[in-house]
Amino acid sequence: MSESKTVKFKLNGREVEAPEGRLLIDAAKDAGVEIPHYCYHPALGNPGNCRLCVVEVQGAPKPLVSCRTFVKEGMVVASDSPAAMRAQQSSLELHLVNHPLDCPVCDQSGECGLQDYYMEIGRYESQVREDKLHKGKRIEAGPHVMLDQERCILCTRCTRFVDEVTKTHELGIFGRGHGQYIDLVPGKTLDNPYSGNVVDICPVGALTEKDFRYKVRVWYLDETDSVCPGCSRGCSTSVHTNTERPWHNDGRRVARIKPRHNPEVNGWWICDDGRFGYDSLDHDRLGRVMRLKDQRRELSWTEAFEEIASALASRSAGKGAGGLVVIASGMLSNEDWAAFKVLFVDTLGVKHFVFGPEPDQLGEEDELLRKREKVPNLKGGQAQGFGTEIPSASWDSLAKDIEAGKVWGLYVVERDLTKVWGQRTADLLSKLGLVIFQGPNKTATGDLAHYRLPATAYVEEEGHFTNFGGTVQAYKKALEPLGSAKPDWAIFHGLAEHLAGDRREEAVA
Amino acid sequence: MSTKILTQHFNEPKLHELATYRKLGGYKGLEKALKMKPAEIAAEVAKSNLRGLGGAGFPVGGKWSTMPPADKAPERYVVANYDESEPGCFKDRVLGERAPHQIIEGLLIAAHAVSAEWAFIFIRGEYGIPFKILEKAIAEADEAGLTGKVRVRLMRGAGAYICGLDTALLETMEGKKAWPRQPPPFPTVVGLMGQPTVVNNVETLAMLPHIIVNGGDWFAKLGVLPNPEKKLPGSGGTAVYSVSGDVEKPGVYEFAMGAPLRAIIDAAGGVRGGRKVKAVIPGGASTPPLSASELDTPMDFDSLRSVGSFLGAGGVIVLDETRDMSEVAHNIERFLAHESCGQCTPCREGSEWTTRILGRMLEGKGTSGDLPNLQRIGENITGKVICALGDTVGMVTRGFMKKFPDDFKSKVPA
Ligand SMILES: Cc1cc2nc3c(=O)[nH]c(=O)nc-3n(C[C@H](O)[C@H](O)[C@H](O)COP(=O)(O)O)c2cc1C
Ligand code: SF4
Ligand code: SF4
Repeated sequence: MSESKTVKFKLNGREVEAPEGRLLIDAAKDAGVEIPHYCYHPALGNPGNCRLCVVEVQGAPKPLVSCRTFVKEGMVVASDSPAAMRAQQSSLELHLVNHPLDCPVCDQSGECGLQDYYMEIGRYESQVREDKLHKGKRIEAGPHVMLDQERCILCTRCTRFVDEVTKTHELGIFGRGHGQYIDLVPGKTLDNPYSGNVVDICPVGALTEKDFRYKVRVWYLDETDSVCPGCSRGCSTSVHTNTERPWHNDGRRVARIKPRHNPEVNGWWICDDGRFGYDSLDHDRLGRVMRLKDQRRELSWTEAFEEIASALASRSAGKGAGGLVVIASGMLSNEDWAAFKVLFVDTLGVKHFVFGPEPDQLGEEDELLRKREKVPNLKGGQAQGFGTEIPSASWDSLAKDIEAGKVWGLYVVERDLTKVWGQRTADLLSKLGLVIFQGPNKTATGDLAHYRLPATAYVEEEGHFTNFGGTVQAYKKALEPLGSAKPDWAIFHGLAEHLAGDRREEAVA
Repeated sequence: MSTKILTQHFNEPKLHELATYRKLGGYKGLEKALKMKPAEIAAEVAKSNLRGLGGAGFPVGGKWSTMPPADKAPERYVVANYDESEPGCFKDRVLGERAPHQIIEGLLIAAHAVSAEWAFIFIRGEYGIPFKILEKAIAEADEAGLTGKVRVRLMRGAGAYICGLDTALLETMEGKKAWPRQPPPFPTVVGLMGQPTVVNNVETLAMLPHIIVNGGDWFAKLGVLPNPEKKLPGSGGTAVYSVSGDVEKPGVYEFAMGAPLRAIIDAAGGVRGGRKVKAVIPGGASTPPLSASELDTPMDFDSLRSVGSFLGAGGVIVLDETRDMSEVAHNIERFLAHESCGQCTPCREGSEWTTRILGRMLEGKGTSGDLPNLQRIGENITGKVICALGDTVGMVTRGFMKKFPDDFKSKVPA
């Protein structure tokens, strides 16, 4: 399409402009006027079935649905006139005739389209004297999603999602008229890799997250802009945390992760791995700085930096920096990568690194969002030379070098070597005089190390990831670090400072 | 006096057979049409003032003219709408059972007029006998070389009133759930499988051979001529009425457009048992009722509109003085609630709610809020839904309440 023309039209008495051919509902939104709607979704089309977005257009014989009306030069539109409001209100009333009104036990409460619009445009006295129709209430649609057919308003967003976005067709509309209901297509379960998105697009409590059900009320949640670390797509997300009431949500701080609309990266969606992969943020976390061998004990950061710096310095001096191998990955932020380089390349002169995602950080890829590399920031490492000037060594050659006694130390950042070497790992590590592990979570590798340093999880720090396409995105701090965990860059920085201090002392001596 | 075009030879016992139909002049229209240019046929039909007899009364010539030119869109279809599911309508059934070739001939003329090489007849699933008769008639016509290069196919519905609505019919023909589309674009532009498609009722199509043989002017003059002063388009030719309810001889009766309603009731033997008329539903269950004082209303599209109803598909349902109109309204609303496709909320929920309120009133449990609610719910549906079925849902009860308020007031506390 060529550059579209701009048209002027009147909305609620105000002159506004919009590109010609824009849907009225979108043009109104651009102008700051939210017209109530359920079925319309910018990514899922405008079937016009909910009939809530009705507006008055001067000259039209009847109210028009703004999701199927295009703006025209000189059009006069009212979304807030008495007639338009009455039409919207009556549509809402009809949506609620058979709605079970089980808000007190519904997880959608607080973010429900029916509640919100009732407060906004409804506020009428119910006239319904009849019993409600009954349908299925507790249907396991798939591994992540529960379906309640009574709460459903038949907007068809979910069926359009599985038909048009994932093209997996697990959900369908069955029956006719008021007996109609959403259900699984016989023989299918809602288990596509993007199934959780149907919960977000469902405007009511018909589709809810199994994980989130009955855990915590949405109005107790804080929301923080974040970026999913699950793969090199780096989807924009919002992390929802529950900190004020630790007795809710089974004591977990992270209650759920939602997609954040970003047309450049992920559109409206995220995958289920990213959405439900937050368990590690509250479970099996490292919180203490530990020396695990030669008199196991907890250390202060200063003690740890001193001991590790001097061990690294003395061994490098004696055996050469070539015997130290550093293992890292695209889990590091841009800030981490910069400090990483200062410590290992500039200060210690390390020659051998392993940071490629093979084999343990690879997974499934598809055309929608998921990328093969299951780490968010290989590009950020490349910007520092890792993967460009500095190659990633292979795991096999590293194992051989260890066997051959060419390696004296390993510095492992956030990576579990047992996922690569399996049972051999303990044996290989036992041949080394110095193994340092740094990361947010407990791992078999961490337990085998001489020093184990607790790092913050991404939700406990702020930073930037550069995704596969080069888009740099900031993620914000949602939670305080657990225990004495520090961001990776701060650990690298602390060690570099101590090493520099050692050198200064050497120089003085 | 009734004027007969489609039913003129209905006394002929073997009219459904090709030989008999041809002997009585059948397929002369097609023969003539094949010698005409498509545009000439369309012009003749436009002149005839033939209006769609499936319910909406849309001028046929006007509809055809909205098709894009054949060279721009060569793949195009004609569909005969034989879904006839409107309560009170059975004229299409009789037309197909008695004179299937009249429909096939009309369909072939329409195909030629719009340059379509595929012609479909979509017949409601419950019409088993007409289906068999048509199937045989198509085979006969094929064998006799009458279908020419047009492939005629018969498709059977699966039983839903909404499938009779043209855009829902196209959906179901494509194998989808029969949810009406929301024009524009209209089927003549984007129809079956996305191609330009003309959908016409079978009775409408059956008129075409007669228009071609006798001329558009002849047909127009049989009916009600346009009235440019009042901006009324008029209605050409005749209509075949299905007369049912409280009459002595329910059945199918053909009259010229503009014949008074009373004449149609008289033809059906008058009101059963010598009782008085209380109400007449003129065009099938979804058209608002007329009262006994409106029996002189001329039966044509414009006249019925002027009295707040519709000619619809000519399903005349006569209700005598013993009938309670709140029961009739309940019956129709229950039908519509059952048949609502459920796509859009006001119709889906409103039809069911209305039915339940009326049902409760009839059980003697009416409340003071019921009548205002029925009125309000109806207003909130009509004009705010996707298709005409929903508009009807909102109109039926209001129509009966307006003309027969006492039958409703008696069901709620004073
Ligand atoms: C709910 C509904 C049901 C309909 N059912 C039929 C039907 O059974 N047969 C029919 O010919 N038209 C039916 N129509 C009208 C069609 O949509 C369409 O207008 C007609 O087939 C066009 O043909 P005509 O112009 O020859 O009447 C129905 C319309 C509605 C709204
Ligand atoms: S389950 Fe939710 S998204 Fe699906 S149709 Fe019902 S209300 Fe809409
Ligand atoms: S008005 Fe009724 S029948 Fe028509 S689309 Fe809406 S729900 Fe379906």
